[in-house]
Amino acid sequence: MTTELNTVTSANKAYSKVQQQVVRSLKKRHRQEKLFRTAGLLAVSASILLVILLFVNIFAKGLPAFWQHSITLDIYFDPAIVKISEQPQPQAGETENEFRQRDLAWRSEVGLVNFNRLIFPALQQVIPDAQQHRRELQRIVTSGERFALRDLVIADPSIIGQTKTLHLLTDANIDVWLKGNIDRSLPDEQQQLSAKVREWVDALKQQGVISNRFSFALFMNPDSRSSLASAGLAGAFMGSLYMMLVVIVLAIPMGVAAAIYLEEFAPKNRLTDLVEVNINNLAAVPSIVFGLLGASIFIGWFNLPMSAPVVGGLVLTLMTLPTVIIATRSTLKAIPPSIRQAALGLGASKTQAVFHHVLPLAIPGILTGSIIGVAQALGETAPLLLIGMKSFVASVPGSAMDQATALPVQIYLWQGNELRNFFEARTSAAIIVLLVMMLSLNSLAIWLRKRYEVRW
Amino acid sequence: MSEVTMLNNAEKIKMTARDVKVFYGDNQAIHGIDMDIVENEVIAFIGPSGCGKSTFLRCLNRMNDTIDICRVSGEIALDGYNIYDPALDVVQLRAQVGMVFQKPNPFPKSIYDNIAYGPKLHGLASKKSDLDDIVESSLRRAGLWEEVKDRLHQPGTGLSGGQQQRLCIARTIAVSPEVILMDEPCSALDPIATSIIEELIDELKQNFTIVIVTHNMQQAARVSDRTAFFHLGNLIEIGGTNDVFTNPKQKKTEDYITGRYG
Repeated sequence: MTTELNTVTSANKAYSKVQQQVVRSLKKRHRQEKLFRTAGLLAVSASILLVILLFVNIFAKGLPAFWQHSITLDIYFDPAIVKISEQPQPQAGETENEFRQRDLAWRSEVGLVNFNRLIFPALQQVIPDAQQHRRELQRIVTSGERFALRDLVIADPSIIGQTKTLHLLTDANIDVWLKGNIDRSLPDEQQQLSAKVREWVDALKQQGVISNRFSFALFMNPDSRSSLASAGLAGAFMGSLYMMLVVIVLAIPMGVAAAIYLEEFAPKNRLTDLVEVNINNLAAVPSIVFGLLGASIFIGWFNLPMSAPVVGGLVLTLMTLPTVIIATRSTLKAIPPSIRQAALGLGASKTQAVFHHVLPLAIPGILTGSIIGVAQALGETAPLLLIGMKSFVASVPGSAMDQATALPVQIYLWQGNELRNFFEARTSAAIIVLLVMMLSLNSLAIWLRKRYEVRW
Repeated sequence: MSEVTMLNNAEKIKMTARDVKVFYGDNQAIHGIDMDIVENEVIAFIGPSGCGKSTFLRCLNRMNDTIDICRVSGEIALDGYNIYDPALDVVQLRAQVGMVFQKPNPFPKSIYDNIAYGPKLHGLASKKSDLDDIVESSLRRAGLWEEVKDRLHQPGTGLSGGQQQRLCIARTIAVSPEVILMDEPCSALDPIATSIIEELIDELKQNFTIVIVTHNMQQAARVSDRTAFFHLGNLIEIGGTNDVFTNPKQKKTEDYITGRYG
């Protein structure tokens, strides 16, 4: 037997007065909820859309810069041109210093050779009418490549007399022309390249002599102004790396120690309140002010070198300290007091309770906070401008005391370069490198947090 | 005070409190308490919320030191030595007077490490085997050994609430204290876990002096030898548990016990 259920739909059910009021208010409530959800969804969509737009824009502009046009030439290391003495070898009875001086003398001798003279004959092999246009010939290979040839000779003098097939970077303007970044219909007087060179490179591209290859120069070379095509990020990258090392070595231990002291040991009085307020204030100080401070204290008083990563690192340390302290303190605050009590109740001293129990639990939070702080410092530009790190540095710094620039500053410098067609892509490529570093740092933070997280 | 003289002289007095006053900032939480705690007894502190029983308990191993605004005056002695003497190291005191807290608070480490932490801290075991022995005997005395012997290296936080509290008791007795303070040890536990802990307290009193704060009057009646009734920061009455519950001398005690307020 089945009993029939007499269900009534809400529409035709008779409601009491109170129920009717509830139904009316329910409608209003549902409407408000819907409105709120829609607004939230819109906000999220808008921000995602903006992020996508930004990324698409940067990647669309920047990715082509990771490939650059280079010309494949058979370079004959003509002994008649590369006339150098034999590379010095360490001799018995000679001190380290004496050998280094002889080696240095030899290197500068190699440096005096005009390596462009090796490139011209090679170009003549691939360009039939090269002989009549010697001036134009100089515009094809970027000027920095002669140093690449010099370095090859220094690395291995035995190549003199041999022929090597090499991929040499073409001039930046040729790269711009071949990538289609300039309007080909523009009249001659508005073109950077002469009609002859344009004709040549189009033909060479067709023959495959000029091809678009992965640009190691972008990563291996320092910045350059004379040979724009070989301008790279190596100098800025190393500058940033040294600064990050200084920040990691100084800001994290100091910040964590200060936070532990303030949170766990310092008496709660006016003075510590004042310190706390000021730490929070420091976190809100515009970063350029830290740059001024760094310029006057570290450079003015302590006479540290200008434009050096060590000063940049110190300035960024000042800037990062409040972030690390605040993150560490909030992590320590979140550790349940019952853990401290348990340790103290067993007879642990306060220091032991902190270092045996509280700190290990706080490690994931401290790491996350510190890495976010370091990532912030990595992307900071303004304070570096004031301590001279925006100067053009054409070498890779060998230590934290050498002149250097930093990745974000390099982006700023390239952004302002007059050869827009070439450097717009280069700037975006540098931004991509910086973003990749940021994302890896942040992923590291997430991984570390997950790795050391203690489940209760 | 008369309560003090009531004690049988044959019993050895473990801890004494004289005119203990506790202030939280400008707020006085305890208004002068005198009390003697006898060796190997279980003494229960009862009273309504906010009566100062936990505060007084925490004075006995100076856990109140960790609260900045807390100030204690008067005198508390353990075996005749003033525990508030500046020359005394609070670490040593807490090794002698252990504490079990209201909410089970095992370290988020293995069961073994939970027990071994105290002995390691005080250098009670020089060899790994000694440490193993301490861990085993502590867990056995806390009645937990059979349940956890196969998973000593799993996290202590993975145990049930009652097991966690017994782990905390085992952790406390691993440093061989003389007095164990228990601050409402069963308030977060179910009735079965509670009865196991109560049985445990009964066994432990052969070796330890136990001071227990409880909200549960039946529990006080079941486990304690003597009971102290606190009200608004005063010690109203202290005496044999039977006397206090069946024949209270003070009107306030009677009102509380019969459930007129609480």
